[in-house]
Amino acid sequence: MNAILPFEGIGASVKRKEDLRFLSGRGQYVDDINRPGQVYAWILRSQYAHARIVSIDTTAAAAMPGVIAVFTSADMAGIGGIPCGWQIHNKDGTPMAEPKHPVLAEGKLRHVGDPVAVVIAETRSQARDAGEAIALEVEALPAVTGTTEALAAGAPRVHDDIAGNLCYDWHIGDKSMTDAAFARAEHRVAFETTNNRLIANAMEPRSAVGDYDTTTGEHTLFTTSQNPHVIRLLMGAFVLNIPESKLRVVAPDVGGGFGSKIYHYAEEAIVTWAAAKLGRPVKWTADRTESFMSDAHGRDHVTRAELALDKEGTFLGLRVHTQANMGAYLSTFAPCVPTYLYATLLAGVYSTPAIYAEVKAVFTHTVPVDAYRGAGRPEATYLLERLVDVAAKQCGFDRIELRRRNFIATDAFPYQTPVALEYDSGDYFSTLNQALETSGWAGFEARRAEAAKRGKLRGIGISTYLEACGIAPSAVVGSLGARAGLYEVGTIRVHPTGSITVLTGAHSHGQGHETTFAQLVCDKLGVPVAQVDIVHGDTGKVPFGMGTYGSRSLAVGGSAMEKAMDKIIAKGKRIAAHLMEAAVEDIEFDRGTFRVAGTDKTKVLAEISLAAYVPHNYPIDEIEPGLEETAFYDPKNFTYPGGCHIAEVEIEKETGKVSLINFTAVDDVGRVINPMIVEGQVQGGVAQGVGQALMENCVYDAAGQLISASMMDYAMPRADDLAPVSVATHVTLCTHNPLGVKGCGEVGAIGSPPAVINAVVDALRDYGVTHVEMPATAPKIWSIIHGSTL
Amino acid sequence: MYDFTYTKPSSIADAAKLLAADPDAKFISGGQTLLPALKHRLNRPTTVVDLTGIAEMRGIRREGNSLVIGALTRHAEVATSAEVKAAIPALAEMASNIGDTQVRNRGTLGGSVANNDPAADYPAAVLGLGATVVTSSREIPADEFFLGMFTTALEPDELLVAIRFPIPEKAGYAKMRNPASRYVMAGAFVSRGPQGIRVAINGAGPCVFRQADMEAALAGAWSADAVAGVKQDADGLNGDIHGSAEYRAHLVTVMAKRAVVAAG
Amino acid sequence: MPQVTLSVNGKSHTVDIEGRTLLVELLREKLRLTGTHVGCDTSQCGACVVHIDGESVKSCTTLAAMCEGASVTTIEGLAKADGTLHPMQEAFREYHALQCGFCTPGMVMSAVDLVQKHPEGLSELEIREGLEGNLCRCTGYHNIVKAIAAAAEVMHGKRETIAAAAQ
Repeated sequence: MNAILPFEGIGASVKRKEDLRFLSGRGQYVDDINRPGQVYAWILRSQYAHARIVSIDTTAAAAMPGVIAVFTSADMAGIGGIPCGWQIHNKDGTPMAEPKHPVLAEGKLRHVGDPVAVVIAETRSQARDAGEAIALEVEALPAVTGTTEALAAGAPRVHDDIAGNLCYDWHIGDKSMTDAAFARAEHRVAFETTNNRLIANAMEPRSAVGDYDTTTGEHTLFTTSQNPHVIRLLMGAFVLNIPESKLRVVAPDVGGGFGSKIYHYAEEAIVTWAAAKLGRPVKWTADRTESFMSDAHGRDHVTRAELALDKEGTFLGLRVHTQANMGAYLSTFAPCVPTYLYATLLAGVYSTPAIYAEVKAVFTHTVPVDAYRGAGRPEATYLLERLVDVAAKQCGFDRIELRRRNFIATDAFPYQTPVALEYDSGDYFSTLNQALETSGWAGFEARRAEAAKRGKLRGIGISTYLEACGIAPSAVVGSLGARAGLYEVGTIRVHPTGSITVLTGAHSHGQGHETTFAQLVCDKLGVPVAQVDIVHGDTGKVPFGMGTYGSRSLAVGGSAMEKAMDKIIAKGKRIAAHLMEAAVEDIEFDRGTFRVAGTDKTKVLAEISLAAYVPHNYPIDEIEPGLEETAFYDPKNFTYPGGCHIAEVEIEKETGKVSLINFTAVDDVGRVINPMIVEGQVQGGVAQGVGQALMENCVYDAAGQLISASMMDYAMPRADDLAPVSVATHVTLCTHNPLGVKGCGEVGAIGSPPAVINAVVDALRDYGVTHVEMPATAPKIWSIIHGSTL
Repeated sequence: MYDFTYTKPSSIADAAKLLAADPDAKFISGGQTLLPALKHRLNRPTTVVDLTGIAEMRGIRREGNSLVIGALTRHAEVATSAEVKAAIPALAEMASNIGDTQVRNRGTLGGSVANNDPAADYPAAVLGLGATVVTSSREIPADEFFLGMFTTALEPDELLVAIRFPIPEKAGYAKMRNPASRYVMAGAFVSRGPQGIRVAINGAGPCVFRQADMEAALAGAWSADAVAGVKQDADGLNGDIHGSAEYRAHLVTVMAKRAVVAAG
Repeated sequence: MPQVTLSVNGKSHTVDIEGRTLLVELLREKLRLTGTHVGCDTSQCGACVVHIDGESVKSCTTLAAMCEGASVTTIEGLAKADGTLHPMQEAFREYHALQCGFCTPGMVMSAVDLVQKHPEGLSELEIREGLEGNLCRCTGYHNIVKAIAAAAEVMHGKRETIAAAAQ
């Protein structure tokens, strides 16, 4: 029986269980769900970056064909604002500024896309037709969209009561120790950069369906969410005042998230509230243009950094001053992104002894900014890995040797950084060496010379990165301002005949949990993957959970499952001991088989589960019938994936067009459960990182209009924009979770942007270029090559 | 989009009548430009007149030293037509790179030319080959057809029926695409033939235009080097987040060089 | 109300529509064939690609009224009646060419058309260029390209099975 099982366990590239339904058109995404009697919501959004509402007249709209209701904030009295899930404290200990984020605009419009009113009608088209009949009179006001500009004296205020648009002024690290390091340094290297604003653009636009059962008073929300329990908590407790017992949130198949579907959005509250108010199910689905102006954006940092080095190149100190754009309101996790997910990562893979970082978060008249794949870590990695290259060039060090000199030694773990984190494991030398070899780094100059003959400038760039996943532990994040715990929940339900249902609080929206998690169960309990079903995304079925983001699902959610399986095994041993008339201590368990140690007496899991559910011969006085266990796992620490990315690019001199030629990733993601899925995650992450480096840019004009407001102007990477990505892993195990896993969802997006830009700068080495801002578009490169100031 | 009445005439005369009777009616053939505009409610036609039932607007045929292509001919048909490949390979090549496969499977020659999007491909070929636009009421030389951004010499009730392309000795096309929309940032269609030496530039300006200095240079010597030294004035060119007018002006020269190389 | 009669996945339907009804709306909302998706409103993403008379088109940029008499194939109609996957579907699974699955139906339908149009075979670059009308945000396309290359071998009879092509 066990002969075939190892091939489906940990380390096997099992084909995905979820693929059949997706490949045959039988996925169930939110917009695929239709409830009896369903009506449609259309949301009138601000076309102004900043305006005062003079009047809203909905009379004409309400009289349009098919219209059931038109609502504005006046109709939603008693509804709470959208809460923020993280409170940062200023340097002086006072809490950050936290303005109200109304579901529908109250008095003022603060960004293009700010929801103003909602029309509910029998059809989508009727709702939209009527929406255009709403008479909205406003007084347009001056707006500010730039991060630095918003902090300048005299900038228009986003919120009347928040002076200087400052959300918080926060810092971390030892300033005097860092200043002292600079005072004695041989080299001081300064670097300024802007981390470009991005839009996640998951292929499935956000959607929400609200339903209400008048007989039970139960609300149901189907929503495109990465974390349905979090939405239930935030919306139920803070916005609509619905107890958890009366609010079911379902996130069915979700078409990608990349962070943008973590947050609680106004539309979720609108459809839930309106469904109850009208007694009809209400569906809202964004069109893509709406996504651009209502999904939380990502990144948008302006940073000035300085690195102090001694004569030999040893890093002595790092000073960082960052301004982070929050947008008009605080999205769910926005405040923690440029602080605890960014500044704490500024040691990177280096043993820099003194680090001090200041971060100012600022309100602007733009869409709220929150976590986007990587969240803070890409910003830190980009800054560091560019800075190291700039330092190497300025001070005359080899860029590889400078990195090696400053790597945290492989035997130095656990390693305490000067910015709060304690790394548990890593081996940066091995990932570097492996990537250098795979990429053919040593032979690069010949390839550069060959490219030159074709009129191309070829460059190679490297990034040795580190990131932090599975944000935790709850007590620590609580002390840092998190308003939720960051554990995960897993239930293992062994059915009477031995098949298994797993309930997990993690949510899969592309990650392949239905396969990877089944492999964990297969590996530990010896049940074939086909007989293990993973249930997720439904607060009506799964006890609790914090969802999927920050590459936490396996490290935290998988660990909860491991703990629940430990409980199953422990109970199973007691049942087995009873059945085989042995002492519990003498029962051994291995992949589905309970054995009396040193004998050939065995019982398989299915026999134990049958006994548990048909307890005729059963230790009923000692243990309860049934075989189902739940575990909550609260991690002891973050996990710390890391690795080395190498990009090779060519620049066409005539046009400035940059082409990615090849990409090498060697990542330490801890133990690999499904290599095929890990490789896919890295490839997808790299594609997004390359997109940030070369193509993607969210642009506002000075008046606050979103210029890159559709896929006609926001450049999404396509198949022919990318190149083959070589993915390999070098494993060091996480030391503090039972699986030894670290996380693989974000490494690609974190490690790759600086590798690409370092390659672009290298390609331009003959032009005296020290830096190119992202995205490295053709006109930008052309203007450098042609010495122009266009 | 706003609702409208859909109608499908089967003759040019009937289609023209529908348009004459209703100034707010719009023609549709492939719909690849019209429908995205309608979806964004940029346009509110009362009637959409489907031309695809009009047999006389179809077909690719050789007429003496010209190639006549019906307005309803889809880009994919032009791209794969043996007739087009033999007579004007540059035209087939251009058509094979318009939009994406799905656009090419629906979009039509007539729709593209009548719409005259500054970033569309076909207007460059029509102007660059000195073609003649055959309409329901007359024939219009390319030089008189493209009047400005999204504006042509077509009257509101006039149908573009076919385009007569003179067969050149040489022709070539090159373009640089907008990285987001994949429309043309700057393109050049060059030809030498019965209509003389012609260089048509698309994407860079508000409307496709002829580049007289490059034509003169190519008249002196048909070579990439000949156009390499000709600079395009940036004045009046398009500038946006994807490239300034100066960048586009530079691209005009680069694309013209490449088009000459492609032409051979 | 106007009507259109068309064949979808081999079955004839006569459907009430408005003039403005798009083919994708007819499929998703009238016929409840929700495998065809809408990912954008500018005809860029290709999540809505279906076949009309054997050729790939964007059903979000096609009027339903213009499909009178047409034969439409959607992702739901690609596998055989007995559930046997089309080689392209099988190859996508074999090569892990999908993650969230949202772009997948359109990607698969485009890929089938691409391969059918190139009996002579396709280079990696031709496959990448042939996917110009389809966006995927999850995979980075690399595995999609590999899957299409393998499916092409099977569809053109050069290999018996996707598994053989994967060797």
